Amino acid sequence: MSGMVELSAHEAAAAISAGDLDSGEYLDTYRAAAEGDQLNAYLCPIDDEPAAPPDGPLAGMPVAIKDIFCMEGVPTTAASRILEGYRPPYTATAVERLQQAGAVPLGKTNMDEFAMGSSNENSGYGPALNPWDRSRVPGGSSGGSAAAVAGGLAPWAIGTDTGGSIRQPAALCGIVGLKPTYGSISRYGMIAFASSLDQCGPLTTSVRDAAQLLAVMQGPDPRDSTCTGIEAGVEVPEPGASLEGLRLGIPKELAGEVEGMEAGVRDVFERNIALCEELGAEVAETELPHAAHGISAYYVLAPAEASANLARYDGVRFGTRSPEPADLTEMYEQTRAAGFGAEVKRRIMLGTYALSSGYYDAYYGQAQKVRTLIARDFDRAFADFDLLLTPTSPTVAFELGARAADPLAMYMSDYCTVPMSLAGIPAISIPSGMAAPAGGGPELPVGLQICGPAYSETRLLAAAQALEEALTFDRAPALGAGS
Amino acid sequence: MASAYEPVIGLEIHVQLQTRTKMFCGCELEFGAEPNTHTCPVCLGHPGTLPVTNEQAVEFGIQVALALGCEVAPHSIFHRKNYFYPDLPKGYQISQFDIPLGSAGSLGEVRIHRVHLEEDAAKLTHTGGSGRIHGSGASLVDYNRGGTPLVEIVTEPDIRDAATAREWLTLLRTTIRQLGVSDVNMEEGSLRCDANISIRPAGTETLGTKTELKNMNSFRFIERGIEAEIERQRGIVESGGEVDQATMHFDPASGSLTLLRSKEFAHDYRYFPEPDLVPLVVGPERIEATRAGLPELPAAKRDRYESEVGLNPDAAAQLAFDTELGEFFEQAAEQAEQADAKAVANWVTGELVRYSRESDFEHPARTEASVAAVASLADLVEEKTINRKVGREILARLVSEGGDPAAIVEAEGLGALAGGDGALEAAVDAAIAAEPEAADKVRAGEMKAIGALVGAVMRETQGRADGGEVTRLLREKLGG
Repeated sequence: MSGMVELSAHEAAAAISAGDLDSGEYLDTYRAAAEGDQLNAYLCPIDDEPAAPPDGPLAGMPVAIKDIFCMEGVPTTAASRILEGYRPPYTATAVERLQQAGAVPLGKTNMDEFAMGSSNENSGYGPALNPWDRSRVPGGSSGGSAAAVAGGLAPWAIGTDTGGSIRQPAALCGIVGLKPTYGSISRYGMIAFASSLDQCGPLTTSVRDAAQLLAVMQGPDPRDSTCTGIEAGVEVPEPGASLEGLRLGIPKELAGEVEGMEAGVRDVFERNIALCEELGAEVAETELPHAAHGISAYYVLAPAEASANLARYDGVRFGTRSPEPADLTEMYEQTRAAGFGAEVKRRIMLGTYALSSGYYDAYYGQAQKVRTLIARDFDRAFADFDLLLTPTSPTVAFELGARAADPLAMYMSDYCTVPMSLAGIPAISIPSGMAAPAGGGPELPVGLQICGPAYSETRLLAAAQALEEALTFDRAPALGAGS
Repeated sequence: MASAYEPVIGLEIHVQLQTRTKMFCGCELEFGAEPNTHTCPVCLGHPGTLPVTNEQAVEFGIQVALALGCEVAPHSIFHRKNYFYPDLPKGYQISQFDIPLGSAGSLGEVRIHRVHLEEDAAKLTHTGGSGRIHGSGASLVDYNRGGTPLVEIVTEPDIRDAATAREWLTLLRTTIRQLGVSDVNMEEGSLRCDANISIRPAGTETLGTKTELKNMNSFRFIERGIEAEIERQRGIVESGGEVDQATMHFDPASGSLTLLRSKEFAHDYRYFPEPDLVPLVVGPERIEATRAGLPELPAAKRDRYESEVGLNPDAAAQLAFDTELGEFFEQAAEQAEQADAKAVANWVTGELVRYSRESDFEHPARTEASVAAVASLADLVEEKTINRKVGREILARLVSEGGDPAAIVEAEGLGALAGGDGALEAAVDAAIAAEPEAADKVRAGEMKAIGALVGAVMRETQGRADGGEVTRLLREKLGG
C-alpha cells in the first residue's frame, strides 16, 4: 500500500485506467491519510460516495480542493469565520470539470482567509503546517493544498494564485505549483479576492501532473466572460523533454538584486542556472526595469478590488450575522468586525482608501500604470527570450510567527511572483534544491520559477519537465504528515 | 419678484429594459411575481459568482442611445459603484462611469449628456413604520427586481420650468415606448425620474448650487415636486440665504420636501473598472444596422405631421407624443374616404380629446367612439352631409354611447339641408321675408348684415343647414 503514494498522480491515474490499481483502494488510502491530517491542511473532508467512475482521464482520482472553490452543499468558507456554516448552492466550474473527468474531491484545504497571505497564518481556522518542519509555515495562501500534497495527504490539489499563492507555497513545500495565464481556467465559483489577478491552478508532485490537471480544467466558460481558455490547448510533456536551444533570461531585478534573498536560495538558483546551461539552454541576464515596483502596485490594486469583492459579506443573505444589531449600520459593522480577520480588514481599508475620491488617481490610477509598464517589460524580454527564470521565493519556509507582526516583511514573500500576476502570464514553480534557512537549521526546499508569454503553457511545461528530470529532486519530506 | 430668478433643471431617468432575462444572469424578469422566485446565485451575489452581460440589453441600450441622437461609444466599459445597502447584494452596482454607451445626443430641445447601462437594485419594503427604513419594524427584500437591466439617461440642464420637464418626459417616454424596449410605466417603476434643480439670477450664466430631487413616481408629481423645490430655493435665496447641496425627497401625499442627505453625507462611490467584465465593443456596422432598424420616432413624426399633414405644432406634438392617440389618428385618417388627414386630426385632437375629458375617460383613444366612427363622422362633415355643429353633437354622443354616425344622422334626420333641396331654398326665402331690413342692407352691399339672415335660416332649420351653402344662396338671391 505504501508504494501507492510513491506514484505520481498521473501514474496512478494511468494505473487505475489500466486496471493495475484499484481506484477504491487508492481513494481509501488517501481518505485515511486526510483523516489523519496532523498538518491542519484540511478544513473539511469530503466523504461523499464518488459517483460511478466514468471513463474520464482522472477516473477515480482523489483531488484536494482549496476551500476557496464553491461546491454545492459542501461547507465552503475561504478560511473565513464570516462564512462559517455556508454551503454554496452551486459548484465552481474548475471543480465541475475535474468531476466530469472522473476526479473525486477529497476535502477542502486550509488557506489564508480569502487568499490574503503568504504563510497560511491568516486562516480563520488556524495555520496549516509545513510537512518538512511543523514549526514552519507552508506558505500561502494555498498553504493547505501545498501541505496536503507535500505531506502525502492528497495525490494532488488545486489552489488559486493572485500574487504567488500557488507558486510560493509550492516552493516552500517542495512541490510543483502552476499559475496559468490569466483567463485560462474559469473563475466561476472561485471566491474572489482580486478579480483581475485571481487564477486557478494545480499543486502537484510532478510537472506532468500539473499539466494534466491544467488540461482538464482549462477552457472557455460562458459563465466567466474573462475566461478564454488556452486556444491551442495544453500538451502534457513527454519524459525526455529537452532544454536544447531554449533562450532563457534571468531578470536581474527578480534574481541577483532581490533584497533579503537568503544565501542558500541564491546558491540553489545559481546551481539551477548552471544546470540549464549544461542542458543546452542559452542563458543570459535580462531586465524588467519596473518589476521592483510590482509589490507596491499589487498592494494597491489587489486590496482595491478586494474592498469591493468582500462587500457582499454583510450578514444579509448568507454566512454569519451579528445576533442583536440595533439597526442596519450596526448589523454591517458588527457582522464584519466579528467575521473578518485582521489582515482582511487591513486590506479592505487599504483598498477603500486607494479608491476614495481624491486619492484614486494617486493610488489606483498610478498602480494601473505600473501594471501596464510591467507587462511591457515582459513583452520586451520575451522578444529576446523564450522563458525567464527567477527564484520563486526569496527565502525558504520561515518559522510560524516570524513575519506575522510585520505585514511588509510578509508582503515581500511575493516579491518574485507578483510581477507575473500583474502581467497575467503563466509561471510555474518546481522544486529545485535544498537550502538551510538564514538562521540555520536543517535544509528546506527551494523553488525555481519559470515564466513565459501568455498562453505559452505547453512550452513552459516542457521546459519544466526537462529541468525536473535533470534536477531529480527528492520530493518527500523526512517526516510523515499523517498519523 | 418671482421672475428675478431662473430655474435650471436637468433630469436623470432610469428605464427598465424589457429583456427576457436579467442584466448579468439568466433569471427571467416578471413584474409582480411571488417575491424571491426569480433569483440565482449570481443575482443574489453569492461568493464566487460572476456577471455575464446580457446581449439583448446592450442592443436595447444602443437603440435608446441612437433614438436620443447619441454617439455610441465603440468601446465602453462597466464600473463598480460601491455602497452598502440590503437591496444591493454584491455591495456594489455594476454601472457605467467614465465611458458610457452613448453620449452627446438630444431629444427635442433638450440635450442628452449620456446614456448608460446598469443593473437595478432589489425591492425593499419597510414594514411597521413610516414606510422608510428608519423606525420600521422590519425590512423585507425582494431580489426578483435585483439585476433588471436599466438604461440611465442624463440630460444637460436645459429645462427652465416644471411644465416643460413634464412635457419633455412625455416625449421621452413615447420615444422609448415606440422603440419597444420598455413599457415605461411610472407606477410600476419601469420609468423613474430624478431632477437636479438650481436657480440663478435671470440673465446670468453661472449655475447655482443644485439639489437632487428623488421619488417622483408620476408625471404630475414630477411637475409638482420640481415646482415645490424651485419655490423652496427661491424662498431661501430671496431671504438672503444660500442653497445647500443636498438630496431631497418629495412626499406626494403632503406635497412637501424633506432632506434625504446633505452634502456632508454624500456617498463616495469609489468607482473603479469592473474586472469581471470585458469591454463592450460596438462596431460601426452594428451601429448602422441598429440605426436602420429604428422605427419612426416621435420627434420625427411630429415634424412630419407639421410639414406633410399641415398640423399646427401643438396638434402635431399631441399626436406624435401620445402613441395611442397617434395610432388612433393614423387609422382614422386611413379609413376616412372624403376627409383628409388634417381634417381627421382636427377632430381627434380637438373634440375627441375634449369630450373624452369631459366624460372622464382615461384616454381619448379609449372612449366608446371607434376609429371607424370618427373616420365616418369626418367624412359626413367633409361631404357636407352634416355641418360642423351637428358633427360635434354627434361626436359627443359617440364618445359616451358609441354607435355609427351615419345611422344616427339617418335616424334623427340631422342631415344638412343642401342646396339642391327645396327645403333649404324655402327657408332662405322665409328668412328674407322675415328680415327685410337686413335683406335690404345686403342688397345695398352691406355684407355684415348677412349674419342676421344666416342666423334666421339656422333657427328655421334647427342648425342642420350648411352655413356656406346658406350664404351662397342668400347672395345669389340678394345679389350681394
